[in-house]
Amino acid sequence: MPAPLLRVQGLVTSFRTDMGILRAVDGVSFEVPEGTTVGLVGESGCGKSMTALSVMRLVPPPGVIEVGRLEFRGRDLLKLSEREMRAIRGNDISMVFQEPMTSLNPVYTVGAQIVEAIRLHQSRSRGEARDRAVEMLGLVGIHSPEANVDAYPHQLSGGMRQRVMIAMALACEPKLLLADEPTTALDVTIQAQILELLGRLQQQLRMSVVLITHDLGVVAEHAEHVLVMYAGRVVESAPVRELFARPRHPYTRGLLESVPRARRGLAPGTKLTTIEGMVPDLRHLPPGCRFADRCPMAVPECSAREPDLAPVESDPPTHLSRCIRAKEVPPPGTPAGPRAEAPGA
Amino acid sequence: MPNPTLIQTDRLGKYFPVKAGLFAREAKFVRAVDGVSLRVRRGETLGLVGESGCGKSTFGRLILRLLDPTFGRVVYDGRDLVPLNQARMRPLRRKMQIIFQDPYSSLNPRMTVRDIVGEAIRIHKLARTRPDEERMIVDLLGKVGLRADALDRYPHEFSGGQRQRIGIARALAVQPEFIVCDEPISALDVSIQAQIVNLLMDLQRELGLSYLFISHDLKIIEHVSHRVAVMYLGKIVEQARAADLYETPLHPYTRALLSAVPVPDPARRRLRVLLEGDVPSPIDPPSGCSFHPRCPRAEKGKCDVETPVLKELEEGSGHKVACWHPHVDEAGVPSLRKIE
Repeated sequence: MPAPLLRVQGLVTSFRTDMGILRAVDGVSFEVPEGTTVGLVGESGCGKSMTALSVMRLVPPPGVIEVGRLEFRGRDLLKLSEREMRAIRGNDISMVFQEPMTSLNPVYTVGAQIVEAIRLHQSRSRGEARDRAVEMLGLVGIHSPEANVDAYPHQLSGGMRQRVMIAMALACEPKLLLADEPTTALDVTIQAQILELLGRLQQQLRMSVVLITHDLGVVAEHAEHVLVMYAGRVVESAPVRELFARPRHPYTRGLLESVPRARRGLAPGTKLTTIEGMVPDLRHLPPGCRFADRCPMAVPECSAREPDLAPVESDPPTHLSRCIRAKEVPPPGTPAGPRAEAPGA
Repeated sequence: MPNPTLIQTDRLGKYFPVKAGLFAREAKFVRAVDGVSLRVRRGETLGLVGESGCGKSTFGRLILRLLDPTFGRVVYDGRDLVPLNQARMRPLRRKMQIIFQDPYSSLNPRMTVRDIVGEAIRIHKLARTRPDEERMIVDLLGKVGLRADALDRYPHEFSGGQRQRIGIARALAVQPEFIVCDEPISALDVSIQAQIVNLLMDLQRELGLSYLFISHDLKIIEHVSHRVAVMYLGKIVEQARAADLYETPLHPYTRALLSAVPVPDPARRRLRVLLEGDVPSPIDPPSGCSFHPRCPRAEKGKCDVETPVLKELEEGSGHKVACWHPHVDEAGVPSLRKIE
């Protein structure tokens, strides 16, 4: 197996607040092989966006990266100077954010903003960079790119602005794209267009993508490997088909079950399976498993010590779970709740 | 026997004037809602689905008379609401409530839960004494799954899901019959969404509520609705019982919408109808069928010229569509939606 493009090891990103230290990302490790899409799933506050910002070294203050290694093509990004990092950002590693409305500068034309991104990293003349901007706008499916290169952000729709963001992120042909909820603010028909476009460009440019989303459908269709995050931790990591067919963490299973499925064959008005309770406060974490108090499969042992993220079985070794009862998690769609199978329950 | 109609609209419309420029002579209008006729029966959920800007939220406000319509009628339990003034609307407002999308901005941050939920009880004089009022509020909080110790706390002390529960308790305080749920779960996390959806469905069964459930999320709409209407650029393009709409969608737009929803099953590849372009501006909607510029089945000289009317293909089916080329086979039978 070739060395991964990105290897994140033991990443800890924390925020000092008036009420104590809050670890938004707490010991996260994963790899992104070349040319693949890794999905990062979880609910708000689980640390998925902060993981991506850490890779970019753009953690907003008062946040700091405490420890960890961010190995990108063999170099530890955390050891680079700010200047060296700037040469990588937008060039080798790019990021697309959720809000196309706020991520573009309203007083410059979209063309000028793409040209700036290109000229920051490549020695191209203004004219060459502009040609490249037009080419990129065409590539992301903006009609009449020669005219729209001179448009201001407010003259474009939300879907068009997100395309501009992608054009800008891809203008220097990065090896790695961090896409943070790239379609969450968009309508489903536009989301389908954008995701299809990203997939096509990924193949054309042989790029790796970290796709951050809360939408399990998006992950199922676009990622090859999935990480599920909960309260700053990776709780499950698996190839996409594995994860959906055999979730090995009760939280993952809960997420899969709480999405309404097609009603065919299901009695109308069937109740959705819910995950009771709420995400724990990151400042006051329980000593054991962070999901224990919401978990339908919890046993006393769960609250004693937090389990490690470990392979569930030797085959496949790529399916990791942070649960002592990983092997007992029932497959999704089975009628009986997991508690029914718990011994002694 | 279908339940009796509780509320219905008749060619309801709302045009917002826009200034085209400083010296513009001709006033232009955003046709946010353009002649919508829908009915909600007692105890029923009507799902209203569409993309942003299609007019679904404006419709939700029109039906409650939170906005005055430009034309058309809203008939509640046999009474036309449009000519009523504020004073005569007040007793009816009790019957009709709304739950908003954003649980952060829809609750007054300076009011305690007691005041938020109790305000309407006081306005409508539903409690005789203070202890009476408190009992009612605690009872409402219990109904939505909150404990009595929430009474004297402020909105910021609660999570998004809990705030939405407070919003629901506030809506229930006046014992309404009809509730407009305007994207009630869109701002919430997946695991919390399921909790709120279950709560709304429990309350419906328990209290016999009727819902107009507005959402862009087709999966949730399918789950909660008895009937579904699909809106595009201010108009209803298709309307049917939920199962019919999802199994045999007739309008090409409905098919495209359904096919665009990502499926949480990596073993399945979708047949996807990718629509070209964006939703056009409702200021100058396209001629003929307003969907024709994006429609894979559009016929030149027909769809771009003549406006199709929303009507049943088969009488009595309740499945209505506004389209010149709906998805039917040679015999005119609605064709199944292919998923794989």
